[in-house]
Amino acid sequence: MPRRTHVAATVNGEEVEFLCEPRQSLLEVLRENLRLTGAKEGCNNGNCGACTVMMNSVPVNSCIVLAVEADGAEIETVEAIARQGHMHPIQQCFLEGAALQCGVCTPGFLVAAKALLEKNPNPGEHEIRFNLAGNLCRCTGYDKIVRAVQDAAEIMQSAQPAAVK
Amino acid sequence: MIPFDYAAPATVEEAVALLAEKNGQAKILAGGTDILVQLREGLRRAELVVDVKKIPELTDLNYSPETGLVLGAAVPCYRIYENAAVAAAYPALADATRIVGGWQIQSRASVGGNLCNASPAGDTIPPLIVYDVVCRIAGPKGLREVSAAEFCAAPGRNVLEPGELLISLAFPPVAPHSGSAYQRFIPRNEMDIAVAGAASWVQLDPAGKTIEKARIALAAVSPKPVYAEEASVWLAGKPANEESFAHAGELAKKVAVPIDDMRGTREYRVHLASVLTRRTLADAVKRAT
Ligand SMILES: Cc1cc2nc3c(=O)[nH]c(=O)nc-3n(C[C@H](O)[C@H](O)[C@H](O)COP(=O)(O)OP(=O)(O)OC[C@H]3O[C@@H](n4cnc5c(N)ncnc54)[C@H](O)[C@@H]3O)c2cc1C
Ligand code: FES
Ligand code: FES
Repeated sequence: MPRRTHVAATVNGEEVEFLCEPRQSLLEVLRENLRLTGAKEGCNNGNCGACTVMMNSVPVNSCIVLAVEADGAEIETVEAIARQGHMHPIQQCFLEGAALQCGVCTPGFLVAAKALLEKNPNPGEHEIRFNLAGNLCRCTGYDKIVRAVQDAAEIMQSAQPAAVK
Repeated sequence: MIPFDYAAPATVEEAVALLAEKNGQAKILAGGTDILVQLREGLRRAELVVDVKKIPELTDLNYSPETGLVLGAAVPCYRIYENAAVAAAYPALADATRIVGGWQIQSRASVGGNLCNASPAGDTIPPLIVYDVVCRIAGPKGLREVSAAEFCAAPGRNVLEPGELLISLAFPPVAPHSGSAYQRFIPRNEMDIAVAGAASWVQLDPAGKTIEKARIALAAVSPKPVYAEEASVWLAGKPANEESFAHAGELAKKVAVPIDDMRGTREYRVHLASVLTRRTLADAVKRAT
């Protein structure tokens, strides 16, 4: 029986330590050991993006990352997107634009969309669809999701001082 | 997933020792986008998973116009296409790394892993073949080199012996007046496995009118990605125009011996091989001028 391994990582800005088996995925440990149930298990094989989290500033599917690989890494989950009880514009726009139905895909979309807007504050429709192609949604048909991302981009840009552009 | 042990060695020597000790019962982990899925689904088994991402030679990316690119085997796709100098120097590689899975996959998936996984449809493999990349391998008997065209053996099998690992991929410096491109055909816009794929590389004369050298490679039309030798050789000395591209496409499809499956019939794939050859040649020539 493989030994349980000690892992130390930064999760949502806090230093955490946990014991896990090498075969456990980061998704499993986030949900079951750390009780961060925002990231969802859709397919468990890398296809759907419902388990998307940021790992060292890039989006990954946490179902195909081993929890032991997170040792020393910085992880950010959907739980860190709202700050001090205030929704992030991307969350606000998903809600107001009805960009979700069952909601299983939503945490993954939020994490990936926020990462996209940080990389490119003003993405076109094609770019949004291309960058979010690793996130599948069985309910919405995607159009409302794309629009929510565009709306969030507008809000975030108008909140920036004009000189930045 | 069946339980296994995990090790993350910091040097090539340690990794080789671990692999040799387990004698085939260890599996190498780079980005994990193939191997973790295969372990979970029981398609492969491991007593030990050896994570190679702590080994500097496997995670370094070194490019200089004079010496070319040395790409660590475990460097993920996004570090290639986000590197402007590398993407400009090796555009077929940039094309392929941009379409491996979606963004989340590209954050982890490596070119070395794509090659070692040896899928007939591996998108980054035809670019490696057309750049005539040298694969640097370490093992219990020391170092050896294999050309990218010789690296895959059969679907899911490569030429590595037990205990060996791929260290890096060495790309020659960019030749003057050269260009390259990779394209695949999939029924969706993104996130799918190639029905067929083609990479082309060309070097033109200084006037940009005549092809001096060319290399073409195909994916998903044979048991392993394949160099289209006859078409490549024929192009030398031919005018860089649509007629040449079309004839090269006809010659290239002769190496296509695809299977029929849910993604496409044999006939369809053979046809795609010629179409994608023609299109990537046109793109490669455009990029060379
Ligand atoms: C949702 C999804 C979409 C995908 N889309 C595509 C696609 O569009 N195109 C495509 O080509 N592939 C695709 N793939 C497959 C996969 O992402 C690629 O093959 C990827 O490049 C593998 O790289 P990796 O670093 O994740 O490899 P890993 O999974 O870590 O390893 C792959 C194999 O190579 C071995 N290996 C890894 N590194 C070494 C080394 N240094 N030396 C010796 N052996 C080694 C491993 O043991 C394993 O057998 C997709 C996969 C998923 C899950
Ligand atoms: S649950 Fe991870 S990609 Fe679907
Ligand atoms: S809202 Fe149900 S899967 Fe997207």
